[in-house]
Amino acid sequence: MIKLDKSLINTIEAFLLTAGRPLTVSEIRDLLNEKEESIKLGKIRQTLGEIEERHRNTSLCLSEVASGFRLQVKDELSESLSSLWSEKTRLSRSLMETLAIIAYRQPVTRGDIEDIRGVQVSTKIIRNLLDKNWIKISGHRDTPGRPATYVTTKTFLDDLNLTRISDLPELPDIEQEDQTIINTDQAQTG
Amino acid sequence: MNSSANQNLNQITPSELPSDLFIPPNALEICLETFTGPLDLLWYLIKKQNIDILDLEIAKITDQYIEYIDLMESLNFELAAEYLVMAATLAEIKSKMLLPPIENDDETEEDPRVALIERLKQYKIFKEAAGNISSMPLVNDDFYVASAGRPKVQKIQKVINFDAYKLAQMMQEVLERPKLKDSHKIDFEELSTQERIEFIFSILSKKNLLGFYKTLRHSEGKIGVVVSFLAALELAKNGYVDLIQNESREIYIKSKIIGDQVG
Repeated sequence: MIKLDKSLINTIEAFLLTAGRPLTVSEIRDLLNEKEESIKLGKIRQTLGEIEERHRNTSLCLSEVASGFRLQVKDELSESLSSLWSEKTRLSRSLMETLAIIAYRQPVTRGDIEDIRGVQVSTKIIRNLLDKNWIKISGHRDTPGRPATYVTTKTFLDDLNLTRISDLPELPDIEQEDQTIINTDQAQTG
Repeated sequence: MNSSANQNLNQITPSELPSDLFIPPNALEICLETFTGPLDLLWYLIKKQNIDILDLEIAKITDQYIEYIDLMESLNFELAAEYLVMAATLAEIKSKMLLPPIENDDETEEDPRVALIERLKQYKIFKEAAGNISSMPLVNDDFYVASAGRPKVQKIQKVINFDAYKLAQMMQEVLERPKLKDSHKIDFEELSTQERIEFIFSILSKKNLLGFYKTLRHSEGKIGVVVSFLAALELAKNGYVDLIQNESREIYIKSKIIGDQVG
């Protein structure tokens, strides 16, 4: 059945739509091979290309993120959709600062985060980030107390529509920024 | 605008709210609550003054910082201990700055502000990075993942052929099951009959007649005799050999196959 190209396209698209998470090329291969004869990874990549192509004029687009491929609603439709969800995710600045330090300095301990933020990191924030599956414990540092070290997860990248951690914006270079901040402030007030 | 804002800042006295905030006290509570920590508050004050952090005027900043702390306490905030530690740090730096520099040839005295400025810079980097990440598109807020309901899978129903007789049969099977639970110990077979048969065969392929005692090894003892005997009986049963015993009581194993080939 899967020999037919059209059928292969539809089968892979159905996987992407029902999996509930991004799928890697090799995951798709394993799913297909459970039923039929072996299919090469190249063939699957080619089919993914065709899925991308066929959605040129639909509401969907194929997107590659850290955990694999998924179908997303095209960006230009997001605005129309936002009214479906009354509440946007509210993330406190404390949480975002903590997340940023983990993302750019991983692996870090709570102590490392506190050193930079100058304030205790509440358990609630760490819990919240762990619950969102944005961070995970990668190990324990070999210092007294053996504190847990945290790293960001693939889900974090998926949720930001990124493929790898280096896709994050570069850390601000504040030696230069100092000047620009003052300039923009003056521009605003003046 | 700019200069008036600065003037306002300078005119603040501890008893009144900062006049440049223009927000009702209730809202101010919320506003103050949004500081993520002492460094954030300090950074806010520096930004208000529109100065480069390298030109940090410790005396002025310290006063303002303490004003805010007092204000927050007067509004019954439960201040994190770190805010007070920062106030103490600022006061310490301020006092150091007031002292005339100690003339010391060995080491040039470090600007007491350096460590604090370094921390502020570090904090500033991640404060901005946090802002950058916050402004990035987030799943279910700014973009949406497509998904479809799973189709109903037609389950193939197997019709089971069943009657009272089969039920009885199964019941019996179940009742008999406990007997199967008896553990069966398998000991390692040190001497294998099968190996012995092969051994005998290998000798018989060279000569037609073999004395039984020649299949034995002294070290194998009684078990060796039994195994050889079983092997010989097995061969005889399957018609490969004849077992001959004459008056000397010695048993001979005579190959029938080779005899056939010869004959």
